[in-house]
Amino acid sequence: MSPAPARGKATQTNAAAPNAAGAQRIEVRKTYKLYIGGAFPRSESGRTYEVRDSHDRFLANAAMGSRKDARDAVVAARGAFGKWSGATAYNRGQVLYRVAELMEGRRAQFATEVAAAEGLTPPRADKVVSQAIDRWVWYAGWADKIAQVLGGVNPVAGPYFNISAPEPTGVVAALAPQRSSLLGLVSVLAPIVVSGNTAVVLTSEHRPLPAVTLSEVLATSDVPAGVINLITGRTGEVAPWLAAHQDVNAIDLAGAADADGLVWAELERASADNLKRVLRPAGDDIDAVEPDWSRTPDLTRIKAFLETKTVWHPKGR
Amino acid sequence: MSSTTAAASARELLGVGALTNASLTRWLHGLPGVDHVGADARAAGLATRSVKTTSKAWAIDTAISMIDLTTLEGADTERKVRSLCAKAMAPDPGDPTTPQVAAVCIYADMATVAVDALKDSNIHVAAVTSAFPSGRATMAVKLTDTRDALRAGAHEIDMVIDRGAFLSGRYLQVFNEIAAIKEACEQEGTRRAPAHLKVIFETGELVTYDNVRRASWLAILAGANFIKTSTGKVSPAATLPVTLIMLEAVRDWRDLTGTQIGVKPAGGIRTTKDAMKYLVMVNEVAGDDWLDPAWFRFGASGLLNDLLLQRQKLATGHYSGADYVTID
Amino acid sequence: MAKFEYAPAPESRAVVTLRPSYGLFIGGEFVEATDGSTFKTINPASEEVLAEVTEAGEADIDNAVRAARKAFDGPWGRLSGAERGKYLFRIARILQERAREFAVLETLDNGKPIKESRDVDIPLAAAHFFYHAGWADKLEHAGLSGGSGQPPRPLGVVGQVIPWNFPLLMLSWKIAPALAAGNTVVLKPSKSTPLTALLFAEVCQQADLPAGVVNILTGTSRTGAHLIRHPGVDKIAFTGSTEVGKDIARAIAGTRKRATLELGGKAANIVFDDAAIDEAVEGIVNGIFFNQGHVCCAGSRLLVQENVADDVIMRLKRRLLTLRVGDPLDKNTDVGAINSAAQLSRIRELTDIGEAEGATRWTAPCVLPERGFWFAPTVFTEVSQSHRIAQEEVFGPVLSVLTFRTPQEAVAKANNTPYGLSAGIWTEKGSRILWMADQLRAGVVWANTFNRFDPTSPFGGYKESGYGREGGRHGLEGYVTTGATR
Repeated sequence: MSPAPARGKATQTNAAAPNAAGAQRIEVRKTYKLYIGGAFPRSESGRTYEVRDSHDRFLANAAMGSRKDARDAVVAARGAFGKWSGATAYNRGQVLYRVAELMEGRRAQFATEVAAAEGLTPPRADKVVSQAIDRWVWYAGWADKIAQVLGGVNPVAGPYFNISAPEPTGVVAALAPQRSSLLGLVSVLAPIVVSGNTAVVLTSEHRPLPAVTLSEVLATSDVPAGVINLITGRTGEVAPWLAAHQDVNAIDLAGAADADGLVWAELERASADNLKRVLRPAGDDIDAVEPDWSRTPDLTRIKAFLETKTVWHPKGR
Repeated sequence: MSSTTAAASARELLGVGALTNASLTRWLHGLPGVDHVGADARAAGLATRSVKTTSKAWAIDTAISMIDLTTLEGADTERKVRSLCAKAMAPDPGDPTTPQVAAVCIYADMATVAVDALKDSNIHVAAVTSAFPSGRATMAVKLTDTRDALRAGAHEIDMVIDRGAFLSGRYLQVFNEIAAIKEACEQEGTRRAPAHLKVIFETGELVTYDNVRRASWLAILAGANFIKTSTGKVSPAATLPVTLIMLEAVRDWRDLTGTQIGVKPAGGIRTTKDAMKYLVMVNEVAGDDWLDPAWFRFGASGLLNDLLLQRQKLATGHYSGADYVTID
Repeated sequence: MAKFEYAPAPESRAVVTLRPSYGLFIGGEFVEATDGSTFKTINPASEEVLAEVTEAGEADIDNAVRAARKAFDGPWGRLSGAERGKYLFRIARILQERAREFAVLETLDNGKPIKESRDVDIPLAAAHFFYHAGWADKLEHAGLSGGSGQPPRPLGVVGQVIPWNFPLLMLSWKIAPALAAGNTVVLKPSKSTPLTALLFAEVCQQADLPAGVVNILTGTSRTGAHLIRHPGVDKIAFTGSTEVGKDIARAIAGTRKRATLELGGKAANIVFDDAAIDEAVEGIVNGIFFNQGHVCCAGSRLLVQENVADDVIMRLKRRLLTLRVGDPLDKNTDVGAINSAAQLSRIRELTDIGEAEGATRWTAPCVLPERGFWFAPTVFTEVSQSHRIAQEEVFGPVLSVLTFRTPQEAVAKANNTPYGLSAGIWTEKGSRILWMADQLRAGVVWANTFNRFDPTSPFGGYKESGYGREGGRHGLEGYVTTGATR
């Protein structure tokens, strides 16, 4: 746990602009809450923590998610799985594409938050936001193609029709990347849900605000409640509870890289209790590193959360 | 038709010497299957029909005249039932041209009250019996229940089948129960005519369309005058596809035997739009011989007011509101 | 008079704005023809003239191909797949937004019921663009390289000629994959149904699609013939009659032009004695009377197992009594107008032949409107394999009924045709479905359903029904090269 930083002057995300009469206008500041089951609760623990920008200036108080919040999120995700996985791939693609439309509409807000969180210049932040939106669009376009690329008919030696088809594994927990607060988040989240899984995501601990804005986008899109749940807080505190949760089917450990108080091997060990499918963080050996999210992905992150079902049926008159 | 006569007719239709569970099973399981996706698609296709102007006015009035206005609550009281009967006789006090409903549907122990309240009208009293809604009681209890309703003057009996027996394949038992209750209807019928028997399947518990088809043929074989989808106490209650299957059954039965049987969807039909879809389905699947309260009913309560609101809109040209229809 | 008639329920025409005349869409703009004449497009339900349309002449075709080449070598060719995809997403979205307008216009120009334009044609067209938008930046994952190790690349300028039966849908089947793969197109809609293609040109403008990526040349079969022979066209995609398909195959012989052809059919819809009978009857009706039977994959031959033939035919005729033939803009109409006088004449000719050959003719009783081109749904029973109405494509609401005794005989009769586009199987027995599907020489096999289309599902024929597939991963093949052989 890093020492509590000195309280500095708050960073104005929108500088107090003069109103029509030339007097100073006080902005209406946003509250940053959790996103669980389609709603925005505060943490059941009542706790918050300070989020600071790259110059250690106060940005906001974010909800500090607890193990019970994580528990509630898993319940919501499980409840939403039947309908989301049962929707047509076309429908999922349409829903996800609409999320991209709404992200595009909010790009200015995203850019400001990413710039503050990651210490980027406005043009750089703008580029990152464009990449994040394009990344989301890329994944949305996969919804109705995964089965064609990863499934197929098997030519068994007998009078049987035999087909292998990919299916979503269920509820997936994910540790969002610590450094890349929007592009990294999108790169981890989209491949989970495009195939029909539902997600419980622990956001970047120190850079959670773009994730909360993303949750607002999700809430106003057509993504059904519970399909995606976003929890801000201390990764080291909540991750072990998700790793040990028996009703979570898979876990993405990307955000173990640079996380405070976390050993990813222990999370993998806890996951073994119900044989979760584990996507290990990038890096060699025990060192977890955050990859370069700007590179166009391959199918790894989609495949990691798929099962394969093979069905036989005789062919006869 | 006594239950022995029912059995005799059944033996003849099946072409067997003895009506056994095995022979019934073979007959029922030999019916053509229903493709679930195809049936849903046909129902959805029929639901796109657009009914307008004079045709809509006719359909609204017809739907009103087909309603079995229903109250089936543990909290029903004598005054509640009388109030419902008053509404049945004058659905829209502001418009005396409004048709009356076909029947009032109540629990058997309220039959006396309803018969009295409706005595100056042509509206029938339909009593639910046979341990409605669950059907979980002995045959003796179910028969007593039925006879009490008949003696109180009920014109129609809405019985439930034993779904446990059906789902465990005891078709002969289901047959015998229906035949016995039908016999009671004939023996204890009112001075006017034998009571007519509706048989409720609780399609939400039967689940598959194949089961709905089998239940339809079994119930008709045993003597049902009407086949009915649901009690309204289980969800899903009536749906368009399930009603489609039942309309196909009565159509095919008439082709096979010359006898016409009625159909009643019940529960979950709330709006005029819903009612229109059902009437379209009756029209195009069974034919317009069934477009009559003698052969098609809606088991509903809230539907009546929505029909009245639509009726008012057609008459006045503008949208109406809840203050302009009475509660029952 | 029946108790329940429904009353007229016309969809409003007000959503459509028709111009008195239309030019050609070349290089991003509507231009007048340099050397072509004009012709009129009519509403086949009323014979009312809808608009005047231009016939593109050789110089116009030249201009269009040049504009397409310029766009291919220039802005379109330089775009990444992801950016191409975004244009296609925009087009898909605009089609959804203007769906009602397109549906009404399609019904006016084609004669098909508004229920079908609204619920089938337009949604599928938009879905096609949606699906292919997502492939634009994923071509390397589509399994197209065939082992050459080279990433898939576009072919160049594609000439596309489409028929009149599903005008906007056929346009989307052609343009979406072509653009997703990075090609540019010159598309010629059918003479009798140009209007939704011209409205689509407006959509391209609204999407800010770079000039020349899509060019629409209205015209007659002459225009089409010149387009496919133009030396600047790298690939041809054609949907239409087998006769013209063969012409095209001859015309490109010896050149380096590639072609995909989607041609005619005489599909067998096979009903077994254990079919889910009510759904099978719906499938028969949908198979041949959907879109007035103007469907290449129509189930125009009913092969019914002999032991249930009488019952099935009785149920079918009873079902046809509730089919509503009439004003295509009426929301309750099931069967609309025949697309043209020429097509009507052909249908009449073939049905007269059917009677003369000895088949038994039955026509659904219906009152046909005075003006316009109409043909009442017709069923021929006692049809033999050697009757012309069992062999030749009528392309109208005419069903020929034959019988069979065993599955092998059903297969033999179903396959006994130069065509091979589609087939239907109706039985509750899964293993029989799969065995039959293996045996049937048809590119699309529908079991316990019929006339179902999806952008992910490859469509195309065996034998003289053409070659190549449209839709799905396989449909992308016709629009890319992996460099080994062009």
